[in-house]
Amino acid sequence: MSHAHLIYLLLAGCALSLVACKGDPPIDSYTSKKILVLGNSTEPQGLDPQIVTGVIESNIIRALFEGLCVEHPSKQGVHLPGAAEAWHSNDDFTEWTFQLRKNGQWSDGSPLTAQDFLFSYQRILHPEFGAEYASMLYYIQGAESYNKGATKDFSTVGVSAPDPYTLKIKLKASIPFLPDLTKHYTWYPIPKHIILKHGTIDQRNTPWTEPEHIVSNGPFVLKDWRLNDYIYAEKNPNYWDKDTVKLRGIRFLPISNQYTEARMFFNQQLHATYGLAPEMIEHASNNYQKYLRQETYLGTNFIRFNVTDSTLKDLKVRQALALSIDSKAIITHILKGGQSPAYGMVPPTDDYHTPKAVSFDPIRAKKLLQQAGYGGDKKLRVSLLSTDKEVSKRLSEAYQDMWKKHLGAEVSIEQREWKTYLARMSGLDYQLALGGWIGDYPDPTTFLDMWKTGDGNNRTGWSNKEYETLLAKAEQTKDPSARLRLLEQAETLFLSEMPIIPVYWYTTNYLLHTSVKGWHPLLLNNHPYKFVDLELTKH
Amino acid sequence: MNKKNQSEQSSKGHSLWSDAWMRIKKNKMAVASLVILFTIGVLCFVVPMLPIIPDPNSQNLNNTFLSPNKNHWLGTDQSGRDLLARLLYGGQISLLVGIVATTVSVFIGLIYGSIAGYIGGKTDGLMMRIVDILYGLPFLVLVILFSLLISEHAQELTGDLVSRWPNQEVFIKKFINLVPLFIAIGALGWLTMARVARAQVLSLKKQEFVEAAVSLGLSHRRILMRHIMPNMLGPIIVYATLTVPGFVLTEATLSFLGLGVESPNSSWGILLSEGANYMETYPRLLIIPSITFSLTLLALNFLGDGLRDALDPKAAKD
Amino acid sequence: MLRTIVSRLLQGIVVVFCLLLITFVLVRLMPGDPFSGEKAHSAHIIEKNKERFHLDKPNSEQFVVYLGLLAQGEMGDSPVKEQPVAKIIRQSFPASLILGIAGMIIAILIGIPAGILSALRKNSYIDYGTMVIAMAGISIPSFVVAPLLAGQIATRIPLLKVAGWGDPFDWVLPAITLGLGTAAYLARITRGGMLEVLNQDYIRTAHAKGVHPAMVVTKHAIRGGIIPAVAYIGPAFAALITGSFIIETIFQVPGMGQHFVNATKDRDYFLLQGVVILFGTLIVFANLAADIVLAMLNPRVRS
Repeated sequence: MSHAHLIYLLLAGCALSLVACKGDPPIDSYTSKKILVLGNSTEPQGLDPQIVTGVIESNIIRALFEGLCVEHPSKQGVHLPGAAEAWHSNDDFTEWTFQLRKNGQWSDGSPLTAQDFLFSYQRILHPEFGAEYASMLYYIQGAESYNKGATKDFSTVGVSAPDPYTLKIKLKASIPFLPDLTKHYTWYPIPKHIILKHGTIDQRNTPWTEPEHIVSNGPFVLKDWRLNDYIYAEKNPNYWDKDTVKLRGIRFLPISNQYTEARMFFNQQLHATYGLAPEMIEHASNNYQKYLRQETYLGTNFIRFNVTDSTLKDLKVRQALALSIDSKAIITHILKGGQSPAYGMVPPTDDYHTPKAVSFDPIRAKKLLQQAGYGGDKKLRVSLLSTDKEVSKRLSEAYQDMWKKHLGAEVSIEQREWKTYLARMSGLDYQLALGGWIGDYPDPTTFLDMWKTGDGNNRTGWSNKEYETLLAKAEQTKDPSARLRLLEQAETLFLSEMPIIPVYWYTTNYLLHTSVKGWHPLLLNNHPYKFVDLELTKH
Repeated sequence: MNKKNQSEQSSKGHSLWSDAWMRIKKNKMAVASLVILFTIGVLCFVVPMLPIIPDPNSQNLNNTFLSPNKNHWLGTDQSGRDLLARLLYGGQISLLVGIVATTVSVFIGLIYGSIAGYIGGKTDGLMMRIVDILYGLPFLVLVILFSLLISEHAQELTGDLVSRWPNQEVFIKKFINLVPLFIAIGALGWLTMARVARAQVLSLKKQEFVEAAVSLGLSHRRILMRHIMPNMLGPIIVYATLTVPGFVLTEATLSFLGLGVESPNSSWGILLSEGANYMETYPRLLIIPSITFSLTLLALNFLGDGLRDALDPKAAKD
Repeated sequence: MLRTIVSRLLQGIVVVFCLLLITFVLVRLMPGDPFSGEKAHSAHIIEKNKERFHLDKPNSEQFVVYLGLLAQGEMGDSPVKEQPVAKIIRQSFPASLILGIAGMIIAILIGIPAGILSALRKNSYIDYGTMVIAMAGISIPSFVVAPLLAGQIATRIPLLKVAGWGDPFDWVLPAITLGLGTAAYLARITRGGMLEVLNQDYIRTAHAKGVHPAMVVTKHAIRGGIIPAVAYIGPAFAALITGSFIIETIFQVPGMGQHFVNATKDRDYFLLQGVVILFGTLIVFANLAADIVLAMLNPRVRS
């Protein structure tokens, strides 16, 4: 009997100690060690800047590598020196010269020169390499034909290095925003000596990005890479601006379930989440206002029309469908993230005035549909292709309901998993489809180029020669203001034919711990980690 | 007089079924389960026909997350839809998936396993090796593939049926969408049934009444269908009863992965996976479907277990 | 005995081969490919990538090439992750192994005692109550149990985290979630096995001889009663090791289970093939091990 009593006492003691042992929040030990812990959605495809294509990968690559220019931590549109300490262009923004800093080096101490940049551009444009995002460099003269294999000689491409620390770039169009382009990872330098150690210039999938081999020029170096577990980058002692860097390291966690991520944040395990589910946005807004960040994010959410479809060929039908979408209701009741209703494709800025093409006008919508021959017994029947993501489900159900309510239309939802959805959209095997686009750089062309005939991202079957003429004209226009006016004209033309229904402009909603300093809203959400700091704060 | 009647009665033999019925009555859990299942059946299949239940798919974005009130007895969900309606209609779908998929799997498995067990020898060995292989296939790959292949054809079928019976369009669309699910789950779930059936046939084959039938010169088909299978009825019923909750659970998991019932229809799986997202904010959306779901599954499981206890001939000694 | 084992192993190779063949073909029948993404790539780049992975060749040729790879002990590269498949599997296996073992322990600790207790007190409230608890694993989906445990239990006990796989305390909640399903089946099987044994004549004889009831139970009944449960543990363990996508995503466990789902969704042919081979091999071994243990426990089965 007494043995049993003893065991019970022991168990009770253990249980009590489990509950009573109130340790410090897990995040505090990381904060005091100045290690930033970030939720980063899913395991990255890879870390080679010339192979990957996603935002997730760019978040990590941005810590490891540095481009010619660097994003200012708080001021939109200001370009800070990165690998280049100065730059200038000619009058019509077609020729740029970048002065590389003489103390620029790779994390293994080797000097970073213009030759590395030439090598990098050659690799990403190499026809055998097959870089998915090579088109980001097509602005460079001769780049596209080299990439497509039409020309064999890289010297025909408009990049040159008159001396080891000068880089000259010749563009085929007037690009005033080239410094912005250089902040994109496709324009980053990669270490020629390391790449060639593990393979040839056009060989993919070599182990050069492994922690034991990789060498980079950014504020951090890759230390640990446990697949599906975490990626850890540590401060680069050979970074030219290492005194500005306050963090000791960054931990990236691939947390795919956003509810798990929110739970981890509230359980004090993360400094920042990647995103936030709509109902969690509301929850945070009501209870944890100090952690919630709601910032404009450069992107548009829209619905695609297959304009080659017999039912949707009629412009009036497309317009009717477009005018029956109540974006405000969707934002208020479903998205809850402070998004803006979109009346055009390109998110408006101070300089660019997006044409006001779409609004919520159910009466006019109904009239248009009648004019198109529907009404009474003849109902409009179409299908909407959607994905299995939670928000997509709710959006498509809401659209279905709105079209039924305002137009009496019978819309069936075809919910398909991701790859099937992509395949069907690319093959024009749909009538309506959910879609979206995040901008790669802060210029309207990132939202307009995709609608050119035959562009892989078009996926609507829409084609208009006049549109492309306008875009080509804008490309050659020196005056920035005149150029934007031309782009607005192009967009007006695009929207008048309604191959898409713009629904809303994105915001990014996420949770940020109060101990994070130097982290400010940026349109592309591309926070430069060299300016971030961590300070222990009271919870 | 009475005493004599009683002793006469007790010396009469009891059939397996009346024995089983008496034993089930003693099993309070099984009886309670039957009552619960009956209630849920009525709620899900009969009550929705009454006008008091609103349209489960009708959204009202201004009325999201309402608490229970006189218009919505269980409140509304994230799109303003009535939760009670979604619960009942969803139950229809989940239970249908469970029952139909079970039927499919029992049908396939029974035939396959019986043949394997009856023929025996190398054929049996080969057939069961095939079952082993199928057991090792990643269930999800198969479900996705089946669903995709079948739903593409289901589209055409829906179009045909709707043009023939346009009044029944909603009904047709709703249930044609489920066919891929029925087939995918049922076609992949027959394996255990096959093993059960085979084991039964193997043991029954050795019994004297089968030997007698063989010596009488009856055809194999007749032996299998008239003599062996009726004796397997017990275990088959038990197994089927226990498979239904398993398949309902599978439907829930598939819905969570985005492969289940299509929008905007609801099923318990969808209600649960959506509700799980609101665990911290609007727990009602999770608690109510969870309780219904778990109660039903527990009831089915206890009923199955009770049936097994009741039909077990070895326990006849009690 | 040795002959049977060898023959079973040979059969196992055939089984895994067939598994591979079926998966190989099926996954290439699905629409979509590993390379499609939100931002479309130009046609010539997609062509290049297809070439690299032999996806432009007919299926039969691809299969032969893959078999050649396997013969060299390689599993190829993942077209989606740009990592060798063998490395992905190797790095995710330890977590799955630990999770599987921990889950099995929980399942045994809950399931078998529950089954024994219920059998001993058949048709009483203890029987019903215990079985209700034991069946929790198959009456509540894991995607409800997992966030429930993470959100309500982990937040209240300081040593437990809501997600992560850093220290042994992180193994607890995922193991419980994973083990509950198997616990339910073990409870049911054990109860059935015990009931069958308890009805046997030799048990009644022991009672009649005046042996203490507890002795009857522990010495005689349990030994026979848990045989069906033991038979179940083998294959169940293999399934547990390949883990659960749901548990891994909700608790952030870097295991293998997510690869089954993700590789299918991503059309990552080579990763899927790799995990199918691994899964098939595990099942073959688990079944064999279970049969060996059964043969040792029950001399009548040895044949």
